[in-house]
Amino acid sequence: MLADKDRIFTNLYGLHDWGLEGARARGGWDGTKAILERGPEAIVDQMKKSGLRGRGGAGFPTGLKWSFMPKEVKERPHYLVVNADESEPGTCKDRDIMRHDPHLLIEGCLIASFAMRAHACYIYVRGEFIRERENLQAAVDQAYAAKLIGKNNINGWDFDLYVHHGAGAYICGEETALLESLEGKKGQPRMKPPYPANFGLYGCPTTVNNVESIAVAPTILRRGPEWFASMGRPNNAGTKVFCISGHVNKPCNVEEEMSIPLRELIERHAGGVRGGWDNLMAVIPGGSSMPVLSKEICDTILMDFDSLVAVKSGLGTAAIVVMDKSTDIVKAFARLAYFYRHESCGQCTPCREGTGWMWRVLTRLQKGEGELADIDLLQEVTKQIEGHTICAFGEGASWPVQGLLRHFRPELERRIAARKAQPLAAE
Amino acid sequence: MSFRRLYHEQPASFGFPAEDEAFIANEIAKYPPGRQASAVIALLWRGQEREGWVTKPMIENVAQRLGMAYIRVLEVATFYTMFNLEPVGEHLVQVCTTTPCWLRGSDEIVAVCKNKIAAKQHAISADGKFSWVEVECLGACVNAPMLQIGKDFYEDLDGPATEKILDAFRRGERPKPGPQNGRHSSEPIGGATTLKDGG
Repeated sequence: MLADKDRIFTNLYGLHDWGLEGARARGGWDGTKAILERGPEAIVDQMKKSGLRGRGGAGFPTGLKWSFMPKEVKERPHYLVVNADESEPGTCKDRDIMRHDPHLLIEGCLIASFAMRAHACYIYVRGEFIRERENLQAAVDQAYAAKLIGKNNINGWDFDLYVHHGAGAYICGEETALLESLEGKKGQPRMKPPYPANFGLYGCPTTVNNVESIAVAPTILRRGPEWFASMGRPNNAGTKVFCISGHVNKPCNVEEEMSIPLRELIERHAGGVRGGWDNLMAVIPGGSSMPVLSKEICDTILMDFDSLVAVKSGLGTAAIVVMDKSTDIVKAFARLAYFYRHESCGQCTPCREGTGWMWRVLTRLQKGEGELADIDLLQEVTKQIEGHTICAFGEGASWPVQGLLRHFRPELERRIAARKAQPLAAE
Repeated sequence: MSFRRLYHEQPASFGFPAEDEAFIANEIAKYPPGRQASAVIALLWRGQEREGWVTKPMIENVAQRLGMAYIRVLEVATFYTMFNLEPVGEHLVQVCTTTPCWLRGSDEIVAVCKNKIAAKQHAISADGKFSWVEVECLGACVNAPMLQIGKDFYEDLDGPATEKILDAFRRGERPKPGPQNGRHSSEPIGGATTLKDGG
């Protein structure tokens, strides 16, 4: 198990003061100026060496992403935008960072902005997180008052930080939809290229990072990239906040070492699966968009990017949704299909129409209605959505259905057969 | 996507109260000159806080203040689902029913809302105190099932806990938000397994 001294979010549960004094007592804002004095190139280089991969879902190397920003500021200013639009079902880690450890995020915003030569940063908080936003704003005000950020601050890099909020749209977690929303428009994703590093917020060079990716940066730079890289398997470095929900005895958030076995994670921190490990049916390992895993896979799987890709799923946001044997697995995924239908932005036809179609078919299959051939048709439709949309929402909506068909097809077939065996109801 | 239209009955006018002017100026000042449209969500949200829902005159007011075409603000109001496009009860109860909450018993929470508020979502209770609506994942999945009333999340619910919360609101009280089962926040119930040396 990860030792407490190697945990970054030492106030994850809000048991201590979230404010500036508490943050300083836990080591926040320590030597920030000295970190900036290393220079932007050195900071980006150290972030690359740390092996940090983005914590928002895609797992793109953070240091590499930072290096895509232009090295010189020309007529267009640079921006950092922090994605705090946490809405992936199962995921509630950024919420804890904003309400319990906000200064790590603020310090990270300053350092990342400096490394990318940005003097302004916007944090886009999902609209529903009103208390979290108020808390974050209070922490930002503390940082301004202490001259840690702002014009002529003691860290030597003029920097303004603004808290912005949405109003209920999952799609705004997609980075270009988020930028559209931040500009005051409907949150509909943009075509890429051009990429945000060249043409982002207000047409200026912009990098969009997840809350957790930014909030871990100060500690990585304080303790050294080797420390971070020493945890987890190669290419899967560091620690990660896992959210464990669903049918466990003690649902919780916990920061653990990457590559920890799923079973150990659930049994050590979440009190085990309800009714014992053998009562496990399935686990969604990385937020609702990541394909579900059968129990057989869960028995041995390690929680990191590479091992989950190897079983055709993904680490995503590291939000683990546990389902025990009492679960109506088809209903669980029909409900997720409803979520995607509700949240499709409507811009691309395959997604707008396809998400509704998948939901309707799954709702029927839940009751065993339809023909066996409908299962193949459903699989085919997921393939017609996936890869045919502007943004990755098409994949996010299709993969859960593909995962269901991959591991639970016999259950769908059983329901169809059972329904057919029933005598026709008298009408 | 969901289909959302303005309500069929609209008030004649809308104006922000004078005390909102400083808030509005502060929101607009967050963005570079000429980019005041970025404040559109914040202004509509403040308007909704005042009226309970987003009205046509409110959209016109915000459009005029931000130098935006009416249709641009209308698009925003209809796109983002937190904007209520119809009157709501004094307390809007938003019940999360997405899979992580459903696995933990959100059906029971919905049943309480049907029983204590109104049989159908969006309908306002007889006393005008409540309306309820099913919403998509609110991002408190390790504290499921949960609901939101106003700014606050009520977490780790079951049927009886939900009844108690609604009864308290009905009496004009504001019950303590957060987990209702005794735990502090997102730690495992019964005590954290980590961070035990005092942070």
